[in-house]
Formats: sequence, structure tokens, C-alpha cells
Amino acid sequence: MTPTGRTRRRARRGLTLRRRGPLVVAALAACTAGGEPGSGTGSLVVLAASSLARPMPGLVRAFERAHPGIEVQTSFAASSALREQVLAGVPAGVFASAAPEHVERVVEAGAAAGPAVVFATNRMVLGVPAGNPGRVRDVADLARDELLVGLCAEEVPCGRYARRILARAGVTPAVDTVEPSVGALVTRIETGEIDAGVVYATDAAGSARIEAVAIPDELAETATYAVVPLAGAPDPATAAAFVAFLTSAEARRVLARHGFGPP
Amino acid sequence: MTPAGRPARRSTGARPPAVLVALGVAGALLFALPLAGLLWRTPWRRLGSLLGSDLAVEALRLSLVTSSAATAASLVVGLPLAWLLARVAFPGRTIVRGLVTLPMVLPPVVGGAALLFALGRRGLLGEPLYEGTGLLLPFSTAGVVVANAFVAMPFLVLTVEAALRGLDPRYEAAAATLGAGRLAVLARVTLPMIAPSVAAGALLCWARAIGEFGATITFAGSLPGRTRTMPLAVFLALETDRDAAVALSLVLVAVSLVVLVALRDRWWGAG
Repeated sequence: MTPTGRTRRRARRGLTLRRRGPLVVAALAACTAGGEPGSGTGSLVVLAASSLARPMPGLVRAFERAHPGIEVQTSFAASSALREQVLAGVPAGVFASAAPEHVERVVEAGAAAGPAVVFATNRMVLGVPAGNPGRVRDVADLARDELLVGLCAEEVPCGRYARRILARAGVTPAVDTVEPSVGALVTRIETGEIDAGVVYATDAAGSARIEAVAIPDELAETATYAVVPLAGAPDPATAAAFVAFLTSAEARRVLARHGFGPP
Repeated sequence: MTPAGRPARRSTGARPPAVLVALGVAGALLFALPLAGLLWRTPWRRLGSLLGSDLAVEALRLSLVTSSAATAASLVVGLPLAWLLARVAFPGRTIVRGLVTLPMVLPPVVGGAALLFALGRRGLLGEPLYEGTGLLLPFSTAGVVVANAFVAMPFLVLTVEAALRGLDPRYEAAAATLGAGRLAVLARVTLPMIAPSVAAGALLCWARAIGEFGATITFAGSLPGRTRTMPLAVFLALETDRDAAVALSLVLVAVSLVVLVALRDRWWGAG
């Protein structure tokens, strides 16, 4: 076309880049400003095993009272799933697992900022819907075909402990579903979708819709909960403080109230 | 100079604005990068043995069986539904069409939960069904088929309905005037004419069914050999055996690509 057209086009292009450039840079700066390590921003992300969902709000409240200005966010999932998140580099401060091996894997991979610390224990029970519609009395009942039985996946702590109990009892369960976390299994039991599952004693105690059928001592498994501060923590000091708090007497009181045992 | 001497590019426009190019490239990367990541992570040497493992073979077989069964069920129920929606102006037709479209926009997990409330052991229909016949859909392969059909059938119904609407009614009218009964018209005139759309809809339905995760895991649970389809197996394998997860994912991607290529004329147009 005419020289005017060419100039107009070039001017438009130049305008676009020059106008937007600084805006983009400013936006990026705003995004990253909040997350610099060691800035003491006063926030902490805690990755915790599903079974810690009940005591965690109480623990967080106690911690925040003792450390005003700090805000704790929690995320619950199966410990094995959380382990994978940590190994993939999730920017969390603390990882609390329902079995020591997941925390050990994190330490081995160099993703931990300190040693693993055991802070609580738990027992396994047979969880049944309120009213025990399946008439489940002991571990051997899990082999009954007509019952709908659920277990956690093998890699999930709850599933691993359950399989050890079943092996010790010499029972081959008639499993109908394998859930990705104990939270999912608990929900299945609470809604009556399945007749029995192997869950934590604290899950049964904490829900009015689940009854516990005790597992005899000679077959029982003790779940060991371990916690570790993470190397990728945006605020390492707060992370270390939380880990220390979990082993304190006050934390032990909160955990005991929900049915957890001492380390 | 003279008009002949000007560059021909002028008619298609000069170079596109840099910002458009940058944003467009970013968009393309969004689609290309995950696939590149998957291919980069694939353990090519072990691929054969990983795909031959029990976990993979079981999951693949189950996925193929359930998605084919879901597609067959969708054809049996969906074709008549599509025909009714396209041809019969019954009261509440808009509502029914909305209900049929709902699974396409509903989060699959919500769909699975809803199926549970309806067909679970304590469900609206499930409880009388269980008490009366002992039939239980959750935690069974049939349950997987139901969940898959729930999310995938809308693709078939909507594709076929659109085809029926676009059909020239004169062919069917001509067949009728030549003496063919209603079902004969349907079988010998209508269906053959919409056959390509039925095929495309069935293929879409099958592809959606084989990729279903949320509704399946919520409604049917996850048990190897019975309800653990490929997507569920990938989900589990991500925590236990990353290499197996990647291998299974690759199979699903390959299946998706085959479906896309088969439907390329419909979606990619003139390319």
C-alpha cells in the first residue's frame, strides 16, 4: 500500500510491545515477590496423611496461638501420594506421614531439611457402618464373599498395615474395592456402600456413622506417624518450629483427645 | 514502482503482530509440552515388558471390554433417544435434551457420586433393586459400563441428533409414498444416510468411555481385573511404579491419536 500504511503498522507493533512489556514484568514481579525463601512471610503449608484430618485443625490452632502472625494451610491425601508430591518438588514446609517409610524415602532423596521425627501412633480396627449390617465380628469375616469389603491401596499406609494384619491372621479377604486413601475408604463405610474395611481406630472413634470391631492384640498393627521438615520450604524456620511443636506435650494432648497414642 | 512490482505478500497481510505470535505459540506449547514430557519420560527399552505386565494387560483388557460394552449400550438406547429428540416434538423435549447434555459439562466425579446416590446399595433405585434382586452395580464390571455409558452416551446422542436434523426429509417422504412402513423407512433410508454420523458418534462415545476416570472410581471403585480400568491403573501406578504409569499413559495417548485421526475430517476440516 502506501508508505503511510507501513508506518502505521510498524507504529502499532512498536506500541504494542512497548506498552505491554513493563506490565508483564510488573505482573511477574508481583507474583514472585511473596514467595521468596527465608523471607519469614509467616505462612506454612503442611502435607498430612488423611487420617490426621481430624486432629489437625486443633493442632494448627494451638500452633498459631503460640506463633501469632503465622498462617498454616493443610493438605490431606494418602501418605504415598504426598510423598510423590514432595519428590516432585511441591513447595510445602512439612510432611507428616502415617508410616515411616514415606518420610524415609523423602530423606533419602535429599528433600528433607532435617531428620524424621515420630510424633504419634495409631491402631487399626475393622470399620463397619453403624449398626454393623454385615455382622462382622472378626478379621476372618473379611473373607466372606457376600460382604462388600474395602481396603486401602497397597502403597498407602492403611493398606499396608491392613495386609500385614490379614497375612498374620492367614485370611484371604474377598476385597471388592481398593481405595486410594483411608479418607475415601472411611467415606465408603460411612455411607454404607461397603460392609467392612480396615481403618484406623481414630477414624472409627471420630465418626458417629462408623463402628469399630476390635482386632485382637496378637494380630494388631501399630501405625507409626513420622514428620519431617522439607528442604523446599519457603519459610524453613516456621517449618522446623511446627515439627518441634508436633512432639510437644500440648500436641500430644490434642492427638490423645482424638484417640492417637504417644510416639 | 508499478503495481506489478509490489510484493504479493500484501494481499495476505504483512508479518503478524509479535504479540499474537507469542501468545499463539504459548497456546500451542501448552498442548505440545505435556505430550513431549510424556515421550521424554517413557522408558522405551522396558516398554514391552511393562505393557506385558499383569497390571497393564488386565487394565487394558478391562478398558476395552467396558468401553465397547458402554458404546453398545449407548447405541441401543441412544439412537432411539436421538431420533425422538430430533423428530418428535414431545412436551419437555428441551429439558430432556438438557439432561442428556448434562454429563458432558458435569465434573465426572460428581456424576459418579450421583450414580452412587441413585444406584448404590442405599440408593434411590439401588436399594429396592438390591433388596429385590440382589443386583448390585457398584464394585462390579457392569457398574463400570454404567458409569462409562453415563458420561459417553451424550456424545453419541448429540452427534446423531444433529445428523438427523440435517437430513433432507424428502428422502423419507419419498420412501413412505412408495409404500414403506415407518420402521422400514428407518432401517432402509434413515439409518444408512446417517451411518457416517452414527459411526463418528460411536467412536467419540468409545473414546470418552475409555478415558473415563472420576465417575468410574467413585461409582464402581477400583479392583484389578474387575473395575480397575486403564485410567485408574495409571492413577495407582503413579504412586507405585512410575514407569508403568508412563507406559499405560502412552497407550491411552496412542488410542486418542488414532481416534482423532479417524475423525479428522470432522474436526480438522480442510487442515
